[in-house]
Amino acid sequence: MILASAGNVLVWIVWLGAGFACLASGVGVVSFRNPFYSALALIGNLGSLAVLYLLLSAEFVAAAQVLVYAGAVMVMFLFVIAYVGPRMEAPWAGGPSWQSVGAVLAAGSIFLEIIVAVSLKAGGRLAHSDHVNGTFGTPGWIGRLFLTDHLLAFEITSIVLLIAAVGGVILGSHTRRAA
Amino acid sequence: MAGPGIAWYLGISAFLFGTGALGVLVRRNPIIVLLSLEIMLNGGNLALIAVARHAGNGAGQIFALAVMAVAASEVCVGLGLVVAIHRKRLALDVDKLSELRG
Repeated sequence: MILASAGNVLVWIVWLGAGFACLASGVGVVSFRNPFYSALALIGNLGSLAVLYLLLSAEFVAAAQVLVYAGAVMVMFLFVIAYVGPRMEAPWAGGPSWQSVGAVLAAGSIFLEIIVAVSLKAGGRLAHSDHVNGTFGTPGWIGRLFLTDHLLAFEITSIVLLIAAVGGVILGSHTRRAA
Repeated sequence: MAGPGIAWYLGISAFLFGTGALGVLVRRNPIIVLLSLEIMLNGGNLALIAVARHAGNGAGQIFALAVMAVAASEVCVGLGLVVAIHRKRLALDVDKLSELRG
């Protein structure tokens, strides 16, 4: 019993650290002037989200998050920022314009709307989660789901990735038109 | 389930979604707009995985992986557009890029 409560306290500590890092780095991405710092803050955001996924017993998704996002996607972002050159931009300079005031109002109302909608529709049912067995979220379990119940989603995802790769090549290739 | 309940995770995901929406609306550099879009997608992913854990059902995790693949495709096309705009010597500013004409 003592061991279980100690584990519970440990989970709370890890959750508080990862959640705070997640929120702080998310605010950092939006508010840094230098795009390099924004990209680095997004890497921190993705890493702390992977910790939250581990707490939710989604081991495979956490590993894929680190590999796909923090590995591949962020390298591409940093490469493109280095290619076009870091352009400084002060998002809050020059006093509040009507655009930034409207954006803050819109984003705050989206946040409040999600909170109100979730708590109205599912507030009472969120207290007790189902118990899951040990295979929940493991790579083998995900693979079996992908190849049995969700085979169509798997194939459509592969086609989407193929189309995006072809589109990226076409957008990035030098097309020399006859002048 | 040890630790905080699902509602706390949903609160974090709602805050991330709002932060990303603020970045998309406020920032003018298209690269930072794409980074903020990633934050919005990750907020949605966190909600999907939290509810999958709550219901003990794997469909939410499968959906989160599909969202990740769509996000990777979106970044591929978006950064291709940024590189193409840069090569045309146009200003990297979404307020000035309001026309589709090259």
